Amino acid sequence: MTTPTRTRRTPRPGWLLLVPALALLAGILLVPLFQSLLRSIGTPEFTLDHYASLFTDGVTLTVLGRTAMTAVIVTIVTFLLGYPYAYLMTRVGPRLRGVLLVIVLIPFWTSVMARNYAWIVLLQRGGPVQSVFEFFGAGDIVFQGSVVGVTIAMSQVMLPFMVLPLFSTLGGIDRKLLLAARGLGSSPLVAFWKIYWPLSRGGVVSGLILVFTLSLGFYVTPALLGSPQQSLIAQLLAQRTTQLLDFAGAGALGILVLVITLLLVAWANRFGGTISAIGVASTSRTKETR
Amino acid sequence: MTISSKESATAPPASPSSPTAPRQGTQIRLSGVTKDYGLAAPAVDAVSLTIQPGEFMTLLGPSGSGKTTTLNLIAGFETLTSGTIALDGADVGTLPPHKRNLGMLFQNYALFPHMTVAQNVAYPLRERRVPKAEIARRVAEVLELVQLPGRDQNYPAQLSGGQQQRVALARAIVFDPAALLLDEPLGALDRNLRGALQMEIRRIHREVGSTFVFVTHDQEEAMNLSDRIALFNSGHIEQVGTPEELYRRPDTLFTARFLGDSNVFDLGGSPVGAKASWEDSTWTIDPATIAGHPGVRSHGAVVVRPEDVQISRDLQTVPAGANAVRATVRDLEYMGSYRTVMLDVGQARQLGRARIDALDAAFAVGDEVTAWWKPERQRVVAV
Repeated sequence: MTTPTRTRRTPRPGWLLLVPALALLAGILLVPLFQSLLRSIGTPEFTLDHYASLFTDGVTLTVLGRTAMTAVIVTIVTFLLGYPYAYLMTRVGPRLRGVLLVIVLIPFWTSVMARNYAWIVLLQRGGPVQSVFEFFGAGDIVFQGSVVGVTIAMSQVMLPFMVLPLFSTLGGIDRKLLLAARGLGSSPLVAFWKIYWPLSRGGVVSGLILVFTLSLGFYVTPALLGSPQQSLIAQLLAQRTTQLLDFAGAGALGILVLVITLLLVAWANRFGGTISAIGVASTSRTKETR
Repeated sequence: MTISSKESATAPPASPSSPTAPRQGTQIRLSGVTKDYGLAAPAVDAVSLTIQPGEFMTLLGPSGSGKTTTLNLIAGFETLTSGTIALDGADVGTLPPHKRNLGMLFQNYALFPHMTVAQNVAYPLRERRVPKAEIARRVAEVLELVQLPGRDQNYPAQLSGGQQQRVALARAIVFDPAALLLDEPLGALDRNLRGALQMEIRRIHREVGSTFVFVTHDQEEAMNLSDRIALFNSGHIEQVGTPEELYRRPDTLFTARFLGDSNVFDLGGSPVGAKASWEDSTWTIDPATIAGHPGVRSHGAVVVRPEDVQISRDLQTVPAGANAVRATVRDLEYMGSYRTVMLDVGQARQLGRARIDALDAAFAVGDEVTAWWKPERQRVVAV
């Protein structure tokens, strides 16, 4: 999901530019996806048993719930950290803004393995993080080998996906609007709540969806920092395809996750869609009149 | 409204407006208002100004002269370094903006893009917990006043710039603010629209009767709209007066140059008496034309407006008692309703301007002429 942009005078054959990307998508996404779908309903012949067993095997729903819960927590954590961070980025000078941007992007540029092993070093039993908690009398919190550690590491790498859409939205909000609201009788808090917050909602929705959907598919981080007893959906998928060779079951599970994600995106878009459309329209109008 | 002819920047306050007539407007009194950002000079330096109830006061000046900062100080968007701001005698200098009850109009309209026209205009009323039925009535009423009925369900982005500014105006006056502050509200509009909205603002000022404080760098706009103008120059007020006073009776060279065109004859440091000499000309000085500004005594200049300058080909046609100077026609500009003659004046060949009848085509570039004016039409200002 990106912020919607409108191109007006698109020359007619412009859609040709989409062909390479569409061909690539068809080749590496749609064809395998379609194959998975066929296998999930056609093994050995047409059946919905593979879908039914997702709900009855007692494992899938638990793991799905745990994965969703982890994704929700990661989304909330990144939002609570990302919103003030993105706001700060809109308020500082260009140089400091660049520094803040680099800081938030560093985990993004770091190799997955290096990042996760670094977290293992920090979070392991007797590691620095646990020692600090122990010092304050909370030594029984387990970081490595639990959902806690997985959540921390995932939040770090998901932060840019929250900060970037938020920054682009918050940066486009005219601060004169806040002054106007103050002049019309709003306290700073009310001005934020009635003006700034609704105008930032498009970016909030983008960030939330982006982080949530990406968090559903984490594999390496939970595999390294989590424990097999608390596996997430991607681990379950990997297990079914590489160890159990149950392609039909894995296909069904994959399709289920995909459908849940798409429904969620469609639902969330109804919130953010109208808001960001108004925002874009008003910006372009202001430019015209000047 | 009556305005005393010798109103100074520190005029005594007028009689307080009657509390039974809230629509008579509020008096705004600035005393020693200073805003210092810690730069070389304060942005606003000890400005004192009394804006009378119901008055249309324009803060005019070049960019960086402190006029907008002064407006923001009145609105409460900036904090005072020192000085006081009083509304009808009550000190508001330390109140946050939302407790000052002032309407504000911004150059970029500052309409809330996620609200309809009706919601935008209702905003200040909702913040004041006005009952719903009354909000609807007052919103409809004020949209009528700014001549924008029927657009209340549109979003700002669906309106033209002029319509957006009307909505902003409606939103700024709907809650009967103590005064309306206008920060270059017409700057983003094209010339024709600006003229139409100037008339609109004047009409609304008449109908609402509230105090208006208008900031602009456009001297023409200031003259068209204002009851009085406070001319700002690098953080202080250069002169306060009606548009006519500022144009006809400037105190300083800055004022004379900022409003309209002027022919300026610098007298140097020589004292100003009944006679003054500039190069080899000697002129009569009418004492009534000497500015009251103390700076005149040490360094004065004679200022003559182009429309007061006549030109003659030979000295015989120059009336006795007129002040005159030799000049050469540098260029002619036909302006339709009049003709401007550009002159090389005196030995210094400084640029002079005379405005003559459009039908008078008697002069050509290079002509040797005498430029003259009546002594009562000149003004001696401080440099």
